[in-house]
Amino acid sequence: MSAILPPSERLWWKEPIAKTEWMWIAIAFVWGMIMFVMMIYWHIYGKQNLSNEAYKTTPEAYAAKAEKFIAENTVRNETGLDGNEIPVVKVPNGGEGYLIARLWNWYPILELEKGQEYKIHLSSMDYNHGFSLQPVNINIQVVPGYEHVVKMTPTSSGTFAIVCNEFCGIGHHSMLGRIYVK
Amino acid sequence: MADNDNDDVPFMQKLLDNHFLLVVIGVVSPTVLYTLWGIVDIMNTPLAK
Amino acid sequence: MATTYRTCPASGLQFEAHAEKLMKWNAVAAVLWLLVGGITAIGVIMTRWPAFKLLPPDQFYTILTAHGVDMLLCWIIFFEMAVLYFASSVLLRCRLATPKWGWVQFWLMVVGSVMTNVAIFQGESSVMFTSYVPMMAAPHFYLGLILFAVGALIGCFVFLGTLVVAKKDKTYTGSIPMVTFGALTACIIAIFTILTGAGILLPTLAWSLGLIKEIDAQLYRMVWWGLGHSSQQINVSAHVAIWYLIPAVVIGAKPLSEKVSRGAFLMYILFLQLASAHHLLSDPGMSAEWKVLNTSYFMYFAVMASMIHGFTVPGAIEAAQRRKGFTNGLFEWLRKAPWGNPAFAGMFISLVSFGFLGGISGVVLGTEQINMLMHNTFYVPGHFHTTVVTGTTLAFMAVTYLLVPTLFKREMIHPKLCQIQPYLFGIAMSITGLVMMGAGTLGVSRRHWDMAFSGAPFQYEWPGAAMLMMGMTGFFGMVTIVGGALWIYLVVGSLLWGKKLEGGAVSDKPTPIPAATPAASASHHGSDHVGVPGTVVLVMALLVSFVLYYFVNWKYLSEVWLLS
Repeated sequence: MSAILPPSERLWWKEPIAKTEWMWIAIAFVWGMIMFVMMIYWHIYGKQNLSNEAYKTTPEAYAAKAEKFIAENTVRNETGLDGNEIPVVKVPNGGEGYLIARLWNWYPILELEKGQEYKIHLSSMDYNHGFSLQPVNINIQVVPGYEHVVKMTPTSSGTFAIVCNEFCGIGHHSMLGRIYVK
Repeated sequence: MADNDNDDVPFMQKLLDNHFLLVVIGVVSPTVLYTLWGIVDIMNTPLAK
Repeated sequence: MATTYRTCPASGLQFEAHAEKLMKWNAVAAVLWLLVGGITAIGVIMTRWPAFKLLPPDQFYTILTAHGVDMLLCWIIFFEMAVLYFASSVLLRCRLATPKWGWVQFWLMVVGSVMTNVAIFQGESSVMFTSYVPMMAAPHFYLGLILFAVGALIGCFVFLGTLVVAKKDKTYTGSIPMVTFGALTACIIAIFTILTGAGILLPTLAWSLGLIKEIDAQLYRMVWWGLGHSSQQINVSAHVAIWYLIPAVVIGAKPLSEKVSRGAFLMYILFLQLASAHHLLSDPGMSAEWKVLNTSYFMYFAVMASMIHGFTVPGAIEAAQRRKGFTNGLFEWLRKAPWGNPAFAGMFISLVSFGFLGGISGVVLGTEQINMLMHNTFYVPGHFHTTVVTGTTLAFMAVTYLLVPTLFKREMIHPKLCQIQPYLFGIAMSITGLVMMGAGTLGVSRRHWDMAFSGAPFQYEWPGAAMLMMGMTGFFGMVTIVGGALWIYLVVGSLLWGKKLEGGAVSDKPTPIPAATPAASASHHGSDHVGVPGTVVLVMALLVSFVLYYFVNWKYLSEVWLLS
């Protein structure tokens, strides 16, 4: 009878269920199915799905590919507030770009064009990092040993920040990167 | 209560009263769906070219 | 082992001597860890409050690690051990199985929790609760967690053993009470959690000792979350059990349907743990199929279960109140509920806040694609402060108002302050959670020392609204701490200085729960079907909020850059 006593009916499973309760169970079930189907629907028709293209890699192998990309596509250098030179790299239209996450910077600065689709490779040289594109607000985990290839098409232009939003040690808060979209 | 008294107990009630069976299914279900399948996914990640 | 049984004169509950002692010690240890967690919370909040930025970064990350571990594991799991012993030995009126192992549970958890805290405060293990590899903590950080977890696992087996004892000694007939069934659910989830935790923490310990060269970072994340998130699902099951317990004791509520509520717990047993995938939705290496099936608790069956509890718990209260004659209109039963009873008030605020804030935000956050808007943002701690804090912690605080007189045999001091406490804590924490989620929606990162990015090569300015919400987080967070400190003062004060209460008769033998007589069940049958129209209105409000907020987030998602 009470929640702190054994059920008073010996065959409690056979007790009838009130109509309102059935109704709520049915609503909860249907709502659950709608939410389940929404994720699948978005995979088919939605325009914002995180890519599943990922590879196992090593920091060395990834850095080599990224450095090659930077060497071939750098358009200019910028001096950061900390006095360090950072290359600005123009990703070829519809091409592939590489972004390195490491203690404690995003390297290099990428330059994109609005409306073009890019394949951006993400990987970490050391700890976990968090790719948090602001103020767009796209957040992707960056894991060492994994190369994640994300297809993205900027729909707005301007200067965007990449905040690191996975704790990566004492300099975590200074890990701020940049993406330009023309 | 003699055993034959329980013949009329519905299957689901018997299941919910079988605590150790619940322990087993409660551990096996996430182990298979989450952990083992997850390991398979990670193992199947190809090497970068 | 010889033992005695005490029947509390006020509540009629029967306490076996060993179980009673273990419950007391576990509860006291829990409160002490809440105290440590609360003190560290001050450091966290006052640093994240942009106007103060109290601590330097190294101390901030140390304190934040301690806050996470002490609140999410130490406070809650110690308390849950007491809940397990209560739900088995007390509610089934039997002796506790293997009390010696109960003490092994207690001391292992004490040693483990202290060891991990020592490692954290030595400063070499500021790796956060999640301790993602390859960021390495000191070996005793992992060893402490392992000892703590083994202790908790032993507690689970003592609970299961006690179920066997009760059945063998025939201290009850038929099925175990609903609250015990909820505790069983928590216990089962705990077993999965701890086994998974062992699966990843043991190799990590070996790695920190230099015995293993490398642990795959993604594999660690996946297996670790089987521990990290499932441990919070133990809490959900435990606090839902308490939601059933408190109205049963305070107003004599009974479940609307044993079948429905137990069926909902079965959904938890089967699927709740899958939500560990919520943390890996924006990760590389996991397939979309794995993400969709796991994040949805196998097609949202555990969400359905929570929605069912969200109906049956207030429904049971409404039915009980209507039987007492509060039948006017839709909500007389609610208006005339015992709001001055802190156990009831705390339980009800826990229910509402968990449902409307923690529950809805959790499902939205756990939607595969929407997760990209919030992953690792301040939204995440906002969400779990409205599940683990306003949900679990508040429910545990509420039930303590019942336990102090009956278990510790002390009257609560300052009854007026006791009445205020759940409102102060529950409402302040709910607001804090809400503004945290607001800041997260605007992109603010979690676990981040400096919103001004000092030392960075570039500048980025957060929107003004985000700064405002972080300020409000600071203010309401501090109010919450006052509410929590008040609870600790009231409980500890009552244990030390509260008026001693009569313990009740002690006997060598347990008094079994009387079997329900056919006459009694027949008589209650007639008056059993009480409609619950007020509850229907409440759950419809929940559904509407849920649906609206869910689709609003899809709208937000559709406005960001295209991704595929």
